[in-house]
Amino acid sequence: MPPTELLRSETVKETEISKHTISVLVDNESGVLARVIGLFSGRGYNIESLTVAEVDADAHQSRITVVTSGTPMVIEQIKAQLSRLVPVHKVSDLTLAGPSVERELALVKVIATGEKRVESLRIADIFKARAVDATNNSFVYEIIGSPEKIDAFIKLMAPLGLSEISRTGVAAISRGTLTM
Amino acid sequence: MAERILSGSEVVLQALADQGVEVVFGYPGGAVLPLYDEIFKQNRIRHVLVRHEQAAVHAAEGYARSTGKVGVVLVTSGPGATNAVTGLTDALMDSIPVVCLTGQVPTHLIGNDAFQEADTTGITRPCTKHNYLVKNPDRLARTMHEAFHVASSGRPGPVVIDLPKDILVGKAPYLEPSQVQHRTYNPVVKGERSQIEEALEMLASAKKPILYCGGGVINSGLQACKLLTEFTRMTGAPITLTLMGLGAFPASDKQYLGMVGMHGTYESNMSMHDCDVMIAIGARFDDRVTGNLDFFAPHSQKIQIDIDQSSINKNVPVDIGIVGDVGHVLEDMIKIWKAKQYKIDANALDSWWKEIEGWRGKHCLSYKQPKDVIKPQHVIRRVHELTRDRKTYITTDVGQHQMWAAQHFGFEHPYEWMTSGGLGTMGYGMPAALGVQVAHPDATVVCFTGDASIMMNIQECATMTQYRLPIKTVILNNRYMGMVRQWQQLLHGSRYSESYSETLPDFVKLSEAFGFTGMTCNNPADLDDAIKKMLEIDGPVILDVAVDDKENCYPMIPSGKPHNEMLLGQETDGNEAIDSDEGMVLV
Repeated sequence: MPPTELLRSETVKETEISKHTISVLVDNESGVLARVIGLFSGRGYNIESLTVAEVDADAHQSRITVVTSGTPMVIEQIKAQLSRLVPVHKVSDLTLAGPSVERELALVKVIATGEKRVESLRIADIFKARAVDATNNSFVYEIIGSPEKIDAFIKLMAPLGLSEISRTGVAAISRGTLTM
Repeated sequence: MAERILSGSEVVLQALADQGVEVVFGYPGGAVLPLYDEIFKQNRIRHVLVRHEQAAVHAAEGYARSTGKVGVVLVTSGPGATNAVTGLTDALMDSIPVVCLTGQVPTHLIGNDAFQEADTTGITRPCTKHNYLVKNPDRLARTMHEAFHVASSGRPGPVVIDLPKDILVGKAPYLEPSQVQHRTYNPVVKGERSQIEEALEMLASAKKPILYCGGGVINSGLQACKLLTEFTRMTGAPITLTLMGLGAFPASDKQYLGMVGMHGTYESNMSMHDCDVMIAIGARFDDRVTGNLDFFAPHSQKIQIDIDQSSINKNVPVDIGIVGDVGHVLEDMIKIWKAKQYKIDANALDSWWKEIEGWRGKHCLSYKQPKDVIKPQHVIRRVHELTRDRKTYITTDVGQHQMWAAQHFGFEHPYEWMTSGGLGTMGYGMPAALGVQVAHPDATVVCFTGDASIMMNIQECATMTQYRLPIKTVILNNRYMGMVRQWQQLLHGSRYSESYSETLPDFVKLSEAFGFTGMTCNNPADLDDAIKKMLEIDGPVILDVAVDDKENCYPMIPSGKPHNEMLLGQETDGNEAIDSDEGMVLV
């Protein structure tokens, strides 16, 4: 590639905003989540979704999975800032580390009767979503999948009586033998 | 190993003693009475009673910065802790190791809006390096030792330990420092060898190199400063220091270009702009230094050495980032430079220095000292001259006087210059001087301050008297908030909104009211004698010097402008307004 072409694509990359899924292994002590969230809000970084739960009871460790977005320089800053928090053990950028699996769970309430009600059942079947609540006028569907799959499901339910959504946010893990 | 069971307060004091703490700055209150009781019963650790908790933290900062040790603060719950927040934020911004013990209501009352209760851990979370709330007495000793480790290792910073009263009164096991294993926090100190080699190769091929060094070198210690001096002399490159780095390299050395940044010297800023290889050592490319980032050092490759990885590539993208303790990295750099027999091209270096001499020829810090009014720069220079014969420590408040002190007082060694850089806290000067004088009882400590800044923590005069700390406070009195007035003149059409010091006290009477000597001086002919007399007095002195109220601080890189568009005093006088919306928006 001629040098000038390279330079142009470099500058586009520098300002391009991309989404990253970052996994943070932390001590499970009170205030750790507040500390991480405070870091994001204090420095103006974006949180698209955030999940946290204890993953190792013996070692008292929790895993926080954050989906954030920014330019490459901002993403590097986020990871560096997270790494220097005292209760943080490890920070891993799953978007860059290699192939990974991302899953989310959503509970979707659809209030409808007649054709729309039947159609929603058919679509749920296609998406392998389960009805976990059923009344004569409503369903609550439980759907597990990648965030994109859930987005698609919700979009299809919108004209069919979609009335409420509760989403967990993304949990993610690397594929293969790589661990944090 | 038999565990010693002590009361919580005894555990705290034993932990402080085992950590080598000799003095604590604090103010009592209900929640910390058990600790104050223990302090009364012993005389190993000294307590200095301030008059406001903010001053306790600034005093601990002054103590820490002038010794390299961790400063310790003890304040009570609620308002005691919230009063300390400004000091803690200041320590965080300037990376000063401070451990702050705050009292807290008993554990069963936390969250109940009890008397003098505040969510200290919540409030101090963003303004400290780390904080702890001790709810379990088994963790008390461990937390104390860990706090000191966190405060002093890696990039230093303030750590708060919130101590509920029932924990202090109840029983707790004591653990020695050696019995506490540090968990996660173990920062990298040695730099990557391959990166160091790459950096040195880059430097060796430079035609216009510059070393840009900051507070990180001072934090690394005396040895790091010595190594920096050795490296600089070995390479022959010019060196500039940030506000926080003054003293890391001797100011009188011919390779020193002066301070860099918004009020840095002409030669330093021009060199930073025109250089082709810049090595940033323990400096964080602060906005006061870089000016407009779009135009910062446009022709240069940059190498950055810092112990904090998040400082690298934060504001300015660098070509080589080396994470490590500056002292360790410099040691390796010197070894490798010598081993590979690197040398910067002598001809190129010669031309570069000739260019720099040309810039030095502008004499950007020059001023005329007329017969009828004292120039503030002159006061700084005369105090510098008249204290050459002794070990002198300088603290300042914030504003024009701070910049003049940084420009005109030459620092030959580290640990002699204490100022609030990152946060720019007015009210820092006098309490910090307290901390310095407590650490160095036989030295001369001079606090340069302004008529506005001195009023912020004026109550600490009582502390000076109580402990007979012979601090010399020199007020550069121009009856204005100088720096605010300067910006209002340059950017807001000289609309001096709320920047005039309307009612200043008679500082002589005020000093006498507090039990020490006050002096004034408003005649240039009397200045030297006034300074000499001030230095001879055995006790605290406030010297109120009336200075020219029109004097502006130059050079100045106005907000939004690049390094090579500085305002210089002689050229700007008369054409002083800057027309810049951008400039008005930036602080």
